[in-house]
Order: sequence, then C-alpha cells, then structure tokens
Amino acid sequence: MRDQKLQKLIFEKSREGRGCSLLPACDVPAALPDQALLRQAPPRLPQVAEIDISRHYTEMQKRTHGVNDGFYPLGSCTMKYNPKLGEEMAALPGFAGVHPLQPAGTAQGCLELLCRAEQVLAEITGMDAMTFQPAAGAHGEYLGLLLIKAYHQARGDRARNKIIVPDAAHGTNPATATMNGMQTVNIPSNEQGCVDLDKLRAAVGPDTAGLMLTNPNTLGLFDENIAEITRIVHEAGGLNYYDGANLNAIMGIARPGDMGFDVIHLNLHKSFATPHGGGGPGSGAVGCKALLAPFLPLDRPVQQGEAYGFEDPVQSIGRIKAFYGNFLVVVKALSYVLTLGAEGIREAACNAVLNANYLKNQINDLYEVAFDGICMHEFVLSLAELKKRTGVSAKDVAKALLDYDIHPPTMYFPLIVEEALMFEPTETEPREMLDYAAQVLREIHAQAFSDPAPLLNAPLTTPVARPDEVLAARSPRLTFEF
Amino acid sequence: MNIPKELLYTRDHEWVQETGDRVRIGITDFAQDALGDIVFINLPEEGDGVRMGESFADVESVKAVSDIYSPVSGRVAAVNADLLDSPEQINADPYGAWMIEVADITDRGELLDAAAYEKLCGEEG
Repeated sequence: MRDQKLQKLIFEKSREGRGCSLLPACDVPAALPDQALLRQAPPRLPQVAEIDISRHYTEMQKRTHGVNDGFYPLGSCTMKYNPKLGEEMAALPGFAGVHPLQPAGTAQGCLELLCRAEQVLAEITGMDAMTFQPAAGAHGEYLGLLLIKAYHQARGDRARNKIIVPDAAHGTNPATATMNGMQTVNIPSNEQGCVDLDKLRAAVGPDTAGLMLTNPNTLGLFDENIAEITRIVHEAGGLNYYDGANLNAIMGIARPGDMGFDVIHLNLHKSFATPHGGGGPGSGAVGCKALLAPFLPLDRPVQQGEAYGFEDPVQSIGRIKAFYGNFLVVVKALSYVLTLGAEGIREAACNAVLNANYLKNQINDLYEVAFDGICMHEFVLSLAELKKRTGVSAKDVAKALLDYDIHPPTMYFPLIVEEALMFEPTETEPREMLDYAAQVLREIHAQAFSDPAPLLNAPLTTPVARPDEVLAARSPRLTFEF
Repeated sequence: MNIPKELLYTRDHEWVQETGDRVRIGITDFAQDALGDIVFINLPEEGDGVRMGESFADVESVKAVSDIYSPVSGRVAAVNADLLDSPEQINADPYGAWMIEVADITDRGELLDAAAYEKLCGEEG
C-alpha cells in the first residue's frame, strides 16, 4: 500500500473537473489561431488542485538525490553547488518576463547581458566570439562541427570528412561526428592515458576535418603534449575542437584558445554553476576563433554604438535553436562569473583539483587508481581486482553508496578502464564531506571482503533498488497509457 | 570461460569460424561477459563490404556501446538478422549467435588459436 501511494503518476491523481488557477487572467484581447490549426479534442491534461501539484513534486523531490541533498561526485558532470544568487538574478522581472519577439529596443538589458557574457567567457577560454544558442553540451558539439564543416566547404575543401577522436573521449564526440555526416577515426591512448602522438601523426591527412579532444581528458589527466597535438592537426589542414566538459579543472589558469583550439563548447550548467541533472535546462555555449565567426548562427547579439541589437554573420550556418538559446541560464552563469571574479574563478579550479587529489589520496591504498600521478578535477578507479577477488563490481559499489546518501560516481566510463568508477568531487565540497566519502568507501571495501552478499543487493534504503536495465533500454514506457 | 577449441579468435575478442570459402564472425564468451546485458545491435546488410580491422557492427549493452571489428576483408554474404530483435542471444549463447558471414575474402588478419586466446584473456581479465 505504501509503495502504491508513492508510485502514482500525476495523471492517475487527475479527477474530472478538479483544477486550480495558477495562471493569471488574460489581460489582452483573445486572438484565435487559424481554424485549420485547432485540435479536434482538448489535450488530456491532468486535472488536479494546487495541493495535489505541490504534494506531487514534493514527493518526487523526496525520492531523488540532488546536489542539495548530499555528495554528488558524478565524474565528468561537475555537479557543483548552484548558488542561490543565480536564481535571484534569473528571477528579476526584466529577465524572467522578457519575450523573444519583443523589439530589441525594449530588451536592451538582456542584449547587454548576452554581450557581456560573451566577453567574459571568451576571455576565460581564449576565444574571439561566442553564441549561446545551443541548448546543452551535445547540441554545442553538433554546432561546433557544423562550423568546422562550413569552414572547409567555404574554402572548397570538400574531401575533409574525418574527425579524429581519442579512445578516452566522451561518447558524444563520435556521435556528433556521425550526426554531422562525418566519419570518426578512433586513436588509442598511450600508456600514460594521453594522446599517442605517433598514432595521431599516422591518422591525419588530407581527409582530416578536425580533432575533438577534452583536456584534461576523461581520465582526469592534463595532456602535456597539447600544443604539439593541435599543431599536428593544424599542419594537416584540420581544425581543433575542445570539448568543454572538463573546463572546471583549468578555468582561470589555462585557456583552450592558447592550446591551439579553434572552437569549443562550454557546459554552463557544469563549469558555471547553473542547475542540471534533472534540473536545468542546460546551455552549450559555443566559442570560436575569428576564422569561424562568419559561420556562427543567425541573430548574434552585438553592441551597435550606444545600443545593442542583432547581427547575422555573413556565411551563417543558419539557426540551431529557436531564438537565443536558454537565456536565463546565461543570466545565472554571468552572475556566477561576476561574483567570483578573475581570482575566484581561478581559485574554484584550484580547489576542484585539490579536492579530487585529496579524496583520491584518502582511498588509493585500498582502491586501484587507473593512472598514477596527480590528477586534475577528477580521477578514475579500476575495481577489476576487487571484482576478481570478492565478486563485488563497480556497479555494486556505486549502488552501495546510495545507502550512505552519496550519489554514485560515473560508472563503466571511460571505456578503456575496466570496472571504472570516476569521481569528481568539485570545489564546493567541504573537507568533512570528502572525509565522510572516503570513510564510506573504506567501509564498503572492508565489507566486500568480510560479507559481500548485502553489497550485491544494495541499495536497501532507496525507493527503487535495482531496476531492470535491459527492459528499461529495450522497452521503455515513456508515456502514460490512458 | 568457454573457449571452443575448433574456433579462431582475434585480439579484440571476436571469434571466427571457417566454413568452406566463407567465415562466420561473432563475439566471444569473454566479450559478452565484459559487456554485460546486450540491448541493441547494429548489423551491416547483405552485400556490404567489410574491411579488415574496421568496424562492421556495434553492440550496445547496459554499460556501453562497442564496435565489433572484422578480422577479414570481403563481402557480407549472410546476416543473422534474428539478433536485431533478440540481441540477448549473444549473452545466452555467444558462439551460436553469429553476426555475419563473409565471402569473397581478399585479406585476413592474424588470428589466434584457442590456447593463445585463452592466454590473452588470462592477461586481460
């Protein structure tokens, strides 16, 4: 009975005729759309009272784990705390109430904000121009490769259709190349977990459109050969794309633009502290060097003398999203940058790296770290040996963490590490939380040897323990069946 | 770990069975175990070309998506299309769940016998 109450969907709570008045009364004359566009039957929206809605969302909130609930070391996702100030700024009526179709002359503050955000983020990344249209990271990657493709084609260089991606890359990189109709060339990492220069030299050629790379990479390692890597690609006629997922480790310290990258995406919802992971929405801002700026999406906000307006780049690839992207996310990101300032941004990166190394060094006597040495903002453990000796896998440890109110780290990624667990504590965790997480990981390790059985069934305290992953992947039920 | 004596193997954990002038290709018990439950597979079509060392299919498990590499160059002569609807056969019976048959073979890579492959698995896992 208890379970049934918790599992009710909002549609199941609906009762004919029930409702609430959350929307204000209409204060403009009604305008009916074209008769042909009207739907035949009203949509079957849930009919619930305000108390039902309020309880529904509170209930869901209780059943989940967000960064406001506890430690959330999800590697490559930078689940840092989202300051309340950002929410306050985004709620200012001038930002929250703006309509994308109102004349530019009446939204000067919003345009100025977009221009300032472009300026500060271009400075942090070493880029010349930026767009905020993409809705999130993968969307930004897609735009980034569109720009590279447009650049080559504008020069009549049509043979370049290959994108080089190291085997430690985020899965979105090869997917982005495929979505752009390009071929992925995968190159293996060297023994240090970085790009193998000889393999890269052998892979480039007249068909190379570009390279996609994140630095630090997904193993949490800074590739010291980065200048040589981007030079090899440039000399072959390709361009370099920087996947900004791991920018948190280096912001304010090193700039992708100075490393030889031509185009980047930023996840404002990771590095710049805006909500994500069930919250959001995201923002996959794309920055580029001047040579790619003529291809940027339409409606670029620019300063025109004293005022602000829009400009269409001459060889624009067109539009990649309706209007100007997720504007309020940019408001929060700029609020974050201006709050921290140049010193604060740098300090955030330093503390992110310090926290990752601190946690790693609290547990590396028990757990095997995939690659030795000082890590950047995240590190990867391999639980292959633990699994062999105790039967307890990376997944079991991840599940067991839930019983301690810790969100699992990223599992089974990067693919080149067996039984991988990837931890990214972020800079906003206090030392006590890192000590607690280390203690928990040590307890789980001890239990794996003394009494592994409960770990194989963990978690024991959550509303859902081990859902059927095969069924979820093969036969997902994504809509309510009336 | 099941490693049939009569098959040949690649270092990327595909198995190869010679049947006259064709070869059958699938993935090994070691591979399916490492991947975990397989939920999707993409296969080439009959008549497609495959190149030695290049990917001809990919499988998606609950953990990851992985490319499957061809140990030979040639033409796809048959495809086990049943796998598209029930990829779990690969977990249940990796050596029965062949993926493709290749004919008109022009090039083939170095293959391991069962003993050498068993040694490789020992080193990796």
